[in-house]
Amino acid sequence: MAHLPRPTLSLFLVLSLQIIFSAIAFGSDFQESDEEEFSEELLLRPLPDRKVLAHFHFESRAPPSLSDSHGRHHHLFPKAIAQLVQKFRVKEMELSFTQGRWNYDRWGGFDPISSSNAKPPGVELWAAFDVPQYLVDASWKNLTHTLSGLFCASINFLESSTTYSAPEWSFHPSSGSLRYGTLPREAVCTENLTPWLKLLPCRDKAGLSVLMDRPSIYRGFYHSQQLRLTSPEFEGRLESGIVLKQTLTVVLQPDSQGASNTYSSETKLQPSWSLSSIFGRKVTSRCVLAKSSNIYLQLEGGLVTELENVRKENVISWIDNVGSEGWRTNPFFDLSVNPDSVLREVNSLHGSSSSVLYEYSVAKYSDSRPFDLGLKWKSPVVWSCPQAPLHASRFLMGSGNERGAIAISLISTGLNEHFLGANIVEGSCKLEVDIFQVVPWYVKVYYHTLRVFVNGQPQAVTDVVEKMRVSPSEDKVSPGVMELVLKFPCDVKSAALTLEFDKGFLHIDEYPPDANQGFDIPSAIISFPNFHARTHYFEDSSLKRSPMLSKFQEKSRVRSYSEVLLVPLTTPDFSMPYNVITITCTAFALYFGSLLNVLRRRVGEEERFLKNRAAKKAGRLAQLLSMLSAKIRGKKWEHPQSPSASSSFISLKLIVKVVLVTGIAIAWQYYSQ
Amino acid sequence: MAESEAEVPKAKPRPIVRLGIFLISHSCLFSVICCTAGVLTLLLLPVLAKNTYISENALMPGSANPMFSSQEVSEANRLVKSLTSLDSKPVGSGIESQRLIAEYMSDLGAEISYHKFYPRSNQFHPLHFFSYPDSGSTRENVSCISHGLNTVGIIRAPRGDGKEAIVLVTPYNSLKVGPGEALSLGIAYSVFSLLTQVTWLAKDIIWLVADSRYGEYAAVNAWLRDYHMPVFSGLSALKAEICPVSNVHNELKENSVTERKINDGFRRAGTMATALVIKVTDGSEHFEDSLSIYAEASNGQMPNLDLINIVNYLAVHRQGLRVKVEKMRSLINCKWLKILGEILQSLGHVAKSLNPQWKFGIPAKDYVEGAATLASSLYYQALGVPTGPHGAFRDYEIDAITMEISSRVALNNKARKNDFLLRGGRLIEGVIRTVNNLLEKFHQSFFLYLLTSPSKFVSVGVYMIAFALLVASLPVVAASLYADAHKVDPSFGIDKSTPQASATDELSITPRSCKWLNAAKKVFLVHLWGAVVSFLPYFICQIPSCTPTTSFVVWVLLSSFSLPILSLILGSSFSYGRPSQPQKRDWTLLKSVTISAAFIGLCLMSVINFATAEIGALLMVPMCLMAQPLKLDIRSRKLRKFLRVACNLALGFLGFPPAGFFVLKGAFEGFGGITVGDFWSWLESIWSWSSATYLYIGMVHLPCWVLCIHVLFHPC
Repeated sequence: MAHLPRPTLSLFLVLSLQIIFSAIAFGSDFQESDEEEFSEELLLRPLPDRKVLAHFHFESRAPPSLSDSHGRHHHLFPKAIAQLVQKFRVKEMELSFTQGRWNYDRWGGFDPISSSNAKPPGVELWAAFDVPQYLVDASWKNLTHTLSGLFCASINFLESSTTYSAPEWSFHPSSGSLRYGTLPREAVCTENLTPWLKLLPCRDKAGLSVLMDRPSIYRGFYHSQQLRLTSPEFEGRLESGIVLKQTLTVVLQPDSQGASNTYSSETKLQPSWSLSSIFGRKVTSRCVLAKSSNIYLQLEGGLVTELENVRKENVISWIDNVGSEGWRTNPFFDLSVNPDSVLREVNSLHGSSSSVLYEYSVAKYSDSRPFDLGLKWKSPVVWSCPQAPLHASRFLMGSGNERGAIAISLISTGLNEHFLGANIVEGSCKLEVDIFQVVPWYVKVYYHTLRVFVNGQPQAVTDVVEKMRVSPSEDKVSPGVMELVLKFPCDVKSAALTLEFDKGFLHIDEYPPDANQGFDIPSAIISFPNFHARTHYFEDSSLKRSPMLSKFQEKSRVRSYSEVLLVPLTTPDFSMPYNVITITCTAFALYFGSLLNVLRRRVGEEERFLKNRAAKKAGRLAQLLSMLSAKIRGKKWEHPQSPSASSSFISLKLIVKVVLVTGIAIAWQYYSQ
Repeated sequence: MAESEAEVPKAKPRPIVRLGIFLISHSCLFSVICCTAGVLTLLLLPVLAKNTYISENALMPGSANPMFSSQEVSEANRLVKSLTSLDSKPVGSGIESQRLIAEYMSDLGAEISYHKFYPRSNQFHPLHFFSYPDSGSTRENVSCISHGLNTVGIIRAPRGDGKEAIVLVTPYNSLKVGPGEALSLGIAYSVFSLLTQVTWLAKDIIWLVADSRYGEYAAVNAWLRDYHMPVFSGLSALKAEICPVSNVHNELKENSVTERKINDGFRRAGTMATALVIKVTDGSEHFEDSLSIYAEASNGQMPNLDLINIVNYLAVHRQGLRVKVEKMRSLINCKWLKILGEILQSLGHVAKSLNPQWKFGIPAKDYVEGAATLASSLYYQALGVPTGPHGAFRDYEIDAITMEISSRVALNNKARKNDFLLRGGRLIEGVIRTVNNLLEKFHQSFFLYLLTSPSKFVSVGVYMIAFALLVASLPVVAASLYADAHKVDPSFGIDKSTPQASATDELSITPRSCKWLNAAKKVFLVHLWGAVVSFLPYFICQIPSCTPTTSFVVWVLLSSFSLPILSLILGSSFSYGRPSQPQKRDWTLLKSVTISAAFIGLCLMSVINFATAEIGALLMVPMCLMAQPLKLDIRSRKLRKFLRVACNLALGFLGFPPAGFFVLKGAFEGFGGITVGDFWSWLESIWSWSSATYLYIGMVHLPCWVLCIHVLFHPC
């Protein structure tokens, strides 16, 4: 069965290579003089749950360094990145800082943005190097430190071999030189954004990045800033240099002024928004260094379908009406600005309708006439986003501090039937799912306990698992890595995987700060190699290609990240070292004390001394004392008759004395006030 | 003196050994002092209670202004109104209310799922004590018609990472929504709607509307079980085959107006940090609006004290509610407790006048209240039965409490009701916000404590003293009895360890150790019998149509028969034939071993459930220590001896678990209407909650009682 993925893989490779080649060939057309170039784009998309997605895409290209006549100087391309690529020979790298979670249900899971820009919370870094195998780890460590300094983040924690892993095939097709690590607990804030903006030629002083008003973009529901590097020159293709893609994906909630909180479900109007209302700023000018500077408004397929349904009712065809008013107004919404052009998606796989892209060029606008795109909804409309074939969620099972289980549940979104219409191979339709899961070493996963349930029925693992690679964790050295290729029947309704684990103990100084919160298990990556998130927009080939749209056209597999899990581990009382030190010291003191006592003591001498003194001083008090001491020593307890009587008499006297003295003291205290 | 000097050349024993010997030789005095001190310390606990304080700095309760406003109150009123109007309609299919709540939730933009569960009959499983609540064992008797339907709404924290969640639980009866339940739903809904808009959420919020048709605990527990240990294998398919009518989800989906997808899959939201169960009662007997906190979970586990602290702090200092915890009402009017309180008060005054820095006196009224609260705290912890649905959370190591808000007057007045809703909502918002501030889970404050008032607690370090004092006398007395038993033998003294003594007594050692072994064997046999007795109810339960009284009688009969049978099988002699000279004193050995066994049992129990051990020690320690053959006492006709006989008989009577139960029940609730079956029902409730107290009664207390009775009627 292992031969099956190979043709698809090779096909995929060939296709992607073709695309890349064509892109390169295309790019080199207008890149005749080996110039560095920069472009900025912004995609806005209304989301079904009353939110707006904004996706900034900045792309810088540097010519190949070897053919560079300028040597090591750059005009636009950030020097820090170029040096980093040269120094560590980074073939490909992706670094993302994310806050919040991508909602695959409501914001979609099939389009290019959700599969390449929806990232797990915290920091995710992966990099492929063009160095010999034995140097990859060293390069990775250096790279983490460099990036840590560059982005003011604790990426250097990825240096430790317990935090990163080397996926072989499920994550990215790359031959062993790839390293992958995540920091789920890393907080993301402006201190990470500022160095990221510094890599742009116009920073945030001009162009689209002016929109990045910090309070607005950090108020959103999802915030992911990403930096992606590809330098194909290491792969022997010298004609293209380094490509740096910087994207910022935010999901914002437009302020619904006027729209009150009375949620009468029938008249649920989407909140109207404009650039100035969601970002608090307007676009005044383009970055003059940018080759292209565009803003796109994307209407998803589901929304377009709704619109077309209305069009059938009202005869006015809004999309074919090329008149200037036709773009702007339709029964559902009004746009404040006329688009420069409208692009339609071609050969869309999903749904009956394809998405529509309005294009605006920022070049026309200036300080006196700022660009402020507004969208005003007129009537309520409900649509849904394209979903990945299976909705993945991961959770912990069990309770207590001993053991537990990780479960990954995959539930069909009900959309795969018509997707798979095209993908039926040899009559037996199979849905392929790749799972990549990294587990820290202190969660000791027993991989032999892997159990698979399909449609509520337990299945033999060999029936479902096509290919599997497991590298068990090694205590304090490496995390456990599991890569799986699963094949389900196409009509699968639900599937679940469970893996049992034991919770380990850490040494007291291995606990991170706030250890009582629990420990994170990084997100699992669930990808669908048969499905490719690509949206191809029809455009004139004479026009220059937009880098963002060409990225959307790249054939990338649909991928989704699962939740980060929190495993409560047993934590010691952290004041324990102090207690231990105290107790140990006490024990030592007692031990040495008694040892010295034994060494120093001469029992015979002492007894003789006592006897002598008793003989010498037959005083009454001494006699009493010696009787008492004999009593306490318990010498006479087998002769209970006389001593007990005398001792009780003595102790009675003693008690009377003590009580007398205490009484006097109390009385004195009482009356002296 | 002369004798002691004659023995001087002999090696002096170590001081610690000397101390031990001293204690053993005065075991009688020592045990009396220890027991008295133990009881006194227990009575002093309300005085020794400390004020609670918020230990975790990150909580910062009440530092933010409440955002809960009258707008949310109107939201709550809207839901309450539609719920009550729904209730007045004759169509009571039960699904109506769930659908209504789900609609309201989905309008807020929350994720909704329904959770269908089947109530499980409480069955006694002897082997399931202390085990995790398992899934899928008692599935065979699932009936199709009787299922409950929980509604679960989840708000995802906008910028949170979704690793943790706070759970709000509102139990309500879906068949008949009472006014209090409607109000609790209203409060929870208004808080929920506020939380969908706030920006400060770091943890997800789960609102579980538990269908308490089959009991509040069952609904919450079923949901938690499916949350933590879902069953993947073919159960749903099986159910669908068996139950063709279970198309609730479809029915619900069709009728929902909103297009939002109501997921019939189980929705989750990370590790639960805290759970709050909200209830509203409109009790009208109080002076002001009050809040009752219930915290005891199974086996006397308590939530972290910080959780109670923040609720108490916010309720008292922010919302002006009177906070109550459960107390034993019958103790408040107790005469002797009042007198004791007054004595302590005057003692405190005297102490204060001696040194103004000594502040241990508390007013007598406070003392009585504290003692009543302490007693109820001890009782509920000892019982090991959770006092509300929050108990289900503690089984999964989630801190949870039940907050029962009750208003002063019946809530007919609209302004009054709005004010009540506002205060309740603000309180819950405050608690959620405080818990939301918490970065780690609750770990800073105490888990082992007893409450003497909502703002006072006795920590483990203090209340352990009482138990330790009570128990300390046991090993000493056991050792002294053991020594006594040997001392009777004239050829044998304490100096048995010296080589020449052991050499001469080579022959006498074997029978003596045998005697000791005999006693141990007897004790072991009785404890084995105790285990058998505690597993008997499992078989008695199988007898169909049994009233509590008859099953209790059957149990007693079976138990009393099983003892001689067991002794026959194992060949131990309970017959007291041939009381020869050495055997006459073998009751001391038996008592010694009994006391040792009781000591071990109590110490083990104190680890599992401290309160049980404490109460058990109160009953058992005097009984074990006093036990002495009645014959000996009766023979010597002295008043002191007769007193001892009377004491022994009284303690022996109280020590018998059913008798003790009836006496205590009668003392607290009056003797009217007590039937023999009550004890059975009480025990049934204990074992169905798989409380360790049941095992304690069966395997420690009852055998010790039998052995003590055996000692009492020993023929010597």
